[in-house]
Amino acid sequence: MAGRHVAGSEDPPGGSTTPAAEAATATRDLTRMSADELSRALRAGEVTSVMVTQAHLDRIAAVDGAVHAFLHVAAEEALATARDVDARRAAGEELHPLAGVPIAVKDVVVTKGLPTTAGSRILEGWVPPYDATLVERLKAAGMPILGKTNMDEFAMGSSTEHSAYGNTHNPWDLDRIPGGSGGGSAAAVAAYEAPLAIGTDTGGSIRQPGAVTGTVGVKPTYGGVSRYGLIALASSLDQAGPVTRTVLDSALLHEVIGGHDRRDSTSLPEPLPDLVGAARLGSSGDLTGVRVGVVHELNGDGYQPGVRARFEESLELLRGAGAEVVEVSCPHFEYALAAYYLILPSEASSNLAKFDGMRFGLRVVPTDGPATAERVMGATRGAGFGDEVKRRIILGTYALSAGYYDAYYGSAQKVRTLIQRDFEAAFEQADVLVSPTAPTTAFKLGEKLDDPLAMYLNDVATIPANLAGVPGMSVPNGVSDDGLPVGFQILAPARADDRLYRVGAALEALLERGWGAPLLSRAPELPTAPLTEGTAR
Amino acid sequence: MSTISREEVARLAGLARIDLTEPELNRLAGELDVIVESVARVSEVATSDVPATSHPLPLTNVFREDVVEAALPVEDALAGAPSAEGGRFAVPQILEED
Repeated sequence: MAGRHVAGSEDPPGGSTTPAAEAATATRDLTRMSADELSRALRAGEVTSVMVTQAHLDRIAAVDGAVHAFLHVAAEEALATARDVDARRAAGEELHPLAGVPIAVKDVVVTKGLPTTAGSRILEGWVPPYDATLVERLKAAGMPILGKTNMDEFAMGSSTEHSAYGNTHNPWDLDRIPGGSGGGSAAAVAAYEAPLAIGTDTGGSIRQPGAVTGTVGVKPTYGGVSRYGLIALASSLDQAGPVTRTVLDSALLHEVIGGHDRRDSTSLPEPLPDLVGAARLGSSGDLTGVRVGVVHELNGDGYQPGVRARFEESLELLRGAGAEVVEVSCPHFEYALAAYYLILPSEASSNLAKFDGMRFGLRVVPTDGPATAERVMGATRGAGFGDEVKRRIILGTYALSAGYYDAYYGSAQKVRTLIQRDFEAAFEQADVLVSPTAPTTAFKLGEKLDDPLAMYLNDVATIPANLAGVPGMSVPNGVSDDGLPVGFQILAPARADDRLYRVGAALEALLERGWGAPLLSRAPELPTAPLTEGTAR
Repeated sequence: MSTISREEVARLAGLARIDLTEPELNRLAGELDVIVESVARVSEVATSDVPATSHPLPLTNVFREDVVEAALPVEDALAGAPSAEGGRFAVPQILEED
């Protein structure tokens, strides 16, 4: 972080812009602009990062009382970064294209000096002593971090209702869930509180919130973005990625955070494909020669009629753009959910063993009997973990306990092989695979909280990609009969993330030609509900 | 009728070092059948001729040169500790006294 700035020693915001440019931007709402548009305006000297960052902080202050996307707002730090970027730009320094464009970060990613809770009481008040690699990369690019976003506790959930710090509300309808686990990041972007956000996706936690909030979400190829500094849920499934309002913005952000990191041994050594180039190519709307495979198993009963209708219309658009649409079968996808129930809790129970009250976070000392380390651990974890986390740790402990390991975790790993084979066969017939992202639109807050199985069904279309490590994207492709947004999922072979961007950008361009405006412009105006001083902010 | 008993849940909670209240034990005992159902489901196709995949992409172990590098300063590492003393984490009694 740059050194402390003395008040009054700065150029005023907009000091380096021309009066004409200032007049031109005065009518523009900076929070409605895409990251790409902000990047251009910043580079052209039409706006400063302080103006852009302050506009988003003002928006957060105005609406986050209603949305509750943020657990912590880092106004001072974000503005310090913005001032630093503006000064460097004014001095003629060569900067990253996204320098000065602010971003929100899911609270499962550690940020030096900013509280990081992963949505759990057990980490309340914890301030990490280091930055995740992806955060270092955001900082190196000069991107102000607006704050940390709400999520299901330790990323376990599909609605953000399992956060220990209250619900996040879907900006399309405040009585509905924003998806999960990364509901905060998706809601922040959909509510124009941030142009960009970081999410993590273990079974759909970037893509499903994207679908139900009308935003774009990308799960990169496993190992495509460093996980150093991510609080792990299930290590063989987790991946961090972009949450944005446009496909091009996701490509721009993906290129900032992606690429090899020697501190993550699962990080892919090869360079990223040209993602921004693929998005720009796709935005022409031409998909001549691209083979699109419709996954038979991910488009049937259980998908809301409006979701299916929008899906069929999108396929028609892709055909019209010259794509060859074929049907493919992935017969083992129907076992993905069961394998996920076994793999995720097993890995989570192991990963969450480190929250033991010894080195960081909460420590609860039992008041009765001897305060041994073992009893302190039990009391700390009993008090610090929420219901869903306890449930999954117990499930994982059972699956990994003596005598069960082979039959449980081992069998699930075999299903993983079968799903990978399904993908391999399907990708011989198609360049990308497609399906609806989520079976339904956003449900009401509280509606499925007591039914874990119904909750998991949200992820039925997204989980196979995590099990096989392939990349996936959700692109908003309309609203269902209830007026709520739905998403179109695109999957590509491992390391071919560029295909997502080409097809996603093409679909986005074709849809917006028909709509005349981005889907999010149809979301209702949010009520002004100022942030109140309270806990966990 | 759940397949995993309340007593079994209590044993697992002990292994996982999570103190559960009586209502939590009762509720969880009814919620763990999902794991048995999942095993039944995957067993339909997880036959002996199918190899297990532990990792989504084939990666080999990664080594680096064994050289001393800059690490987190001790005071930073201890800054978030519930208790610290003399440059170390202070923890409750670990071993029973004889």
